[in-house]
Amino acid sequence: MTGAAHPARGLADLLTGVFWRRPKLLTALLLLPPLLWLGVVYVGSLIALLVQSFYSIDQFTGLVVPEFTLKTYGELLIPSNFDVILRTVAMAAAVTIASVVVAFPVAFYAARHARGRWKAIFYLGIMLPLWSSYLVKVYAWKLILAKEGIVTWAAEGIGAGNLLNAVLAIPVIGGNSLSTSYIGTFLVFLYVWLPYMILPMQASLERVPTSMLEASADLGAGSWRTFRSVILPLALPGVIAGSIFTFSLTLGDYIIPQIVGSSRFFIGQAVYSLQGTAGNIPLAAAFAVVPIAIMLVYLAVARKLGAFDAL
Amino acid sequence: MHSDGRAPLGLTLGAIAGLLFLHLPILLIFLYAFTTEDRSYQFPPPGLTTKWFAVAWNREDIWPPLYLSLRVAAISSALALVLGTLCAAAMARAKFFGRDTVSLLVVLPIALPGIITGMSLRSAFAIGEIPFSTWTIVLGHATFCIVIVYNNAVARFRRLGASMLEASADLGANSFQTFRHVILPNLGSALLAGGMLAFALSFDEVIVTTFTAGQQSTLPIWMLNELVRPRQRPVTNVVAIVVFAATFLPILAAYYLTRGGEETAGGGK
Repeated sequence: MTGAAHPARGLADLLTGVFWRRPKLLTALLLLPPLLWLGVVYVGSLIALLVQSFYSIDQFTGLVVPEFTLKTYGELLIPSNFDVILRTVAMAAAVTIASVVVAFPVAFYAARHARGRWKAIFYLGIMLPLWSSYLVKVYAWKLILAKEGIVTWAAEGIGAGNLLNAVLAIPVIGGNSLSTSYIGTFLVFLYVWLPYMILPMQASLERVPTSMLEASADLGAGSWRTFRSVILPLALPGVIAGSIFTFSLTLGDYIIPQIVGSSRFFIGQAVYSLQGTAGNIPLAAAFAVVPIAIMLVYLAVARKLGAFDAL
Repeated sequence: MHSDGRAPLGLTLGAIAGLLFLHLPILLIFLYAFTTEDRSYQFPPPGLTTKWFAVAWNREDIWPPLYLSLRVAAISSALALVLGTLCAAAMARAKFFGRDTVSLLVVLPIALPGIITGMSLRSAFAIGEIPFSTWTIVLGHATFCIVIVYNNAVARFRRLGASMLEASADLGANSFQTFRHVILPNLGSALLAGGMLAFALSFDEVIVTTFTAGQQSTLPIWMLNELVRPRQRPVTNVVAIVVFAATFLPILAAYYLTRGGEETAGGGK
């Protein structure tokens, strides 16, 4: 039996005293390793990205010229490069709008109607696809959209084969088969990012007070009017928060358009091929800065609209 | 009473259709692992067989990527566990100058598209003339895994509160004893959940990895190559099932570990 409140007056006790007298010291010590890591590895890399984007490549030797220039950013404005940016932004916008529409019933039901066991089922039902392997999800769609795959089989089975061919014959968004068309790319993007839209939407819908819906009904509003004038404005921060994810993730993805889509490039593919086989790291870096710039503008607008309260 | 009464039929159908849309595609991965057709994605499969599991087992090009993925995921999630917990501990302790900046810094690697993290690291390796290795992959993975552990730990710290730590100090424990006997047991399941999610995220990651791996092949990169240039297609499905299980089981376990709290795991991806 030692019976003492203080078994040892060692280094540990000494440090405890120091931490007690200077609480900020302990906070600083705790923060140091993660900040060092994020500061050096992540922020350092981001700076390297910016630096590279202001370099250029020597046309003759193919080597990177480490001198400050805006030439590389100028190359982004060449029509063939600028088309890549426009195409990516258009796809991101289309995916975001579609995911709002598809996510809404799921989010609304999960937030306001699912109870008990169903609440858990909805929670896992949204969470599992969110976390399950990205590549496996994309692969599943390669199987679905293939020319000899299940969609063609089902369309022919119900006698809609001609309809499918008619859709694929639409210029620009159509193609040889669904898996080589923009429609296919769009569907996969929608599928993969949908949970990112549902979750913040659901969170903001859960915070709409029931009393407000009752008040709206008492004042004679039908369900459509209540939806448009009460639910939608109150759910807007969640929609915007979700759109940040769907928009930004679509802007930066290069696997999906590579696996399912036409051969025309998106920003991500441009970055990947430029840094790889082409060896043009400065232009790849400049391309990678584009989504950052777009997202900064997007975030500034979202902040104005109060989207961050819902995160 | 929270219930808003019965849901309109249209809403119920929309919600069910949405959930089915999220889940049915994955089932095809399983079906195609048993097809006898290995040169196309013909539906319905002309016949069923289980031979592809044996074929996959004997394919020697699958094992090294699997080991590399396991190694990277283990090291990255271990690093993320330490760094994420330290960060959460500091954030839970006090309000300090630059607190918002720190939380932004932690979230940024996962909030920005992976291609930016990947291309940034690639730029840094090019400037620093750092050769690709297992460690260049780990650098990227640990960075975006920190936030996963952080999210799980910070919520638990918030629930733990200051009174327990004060009680421990009043009873004569020094900081390290408090950490060992009070904080760690309370944090345990949250850290386990965070660690497993980080492992799943790292095991499955492909976008950042393609920029930091050079000529090395992780399992997702192996899969990506098979998707671009298919050989025995059902073998890819067998591997896809393995990858799917490696991400599916940790999230399910993390859900059950943290269920009931307001900080159920996974919300922060």
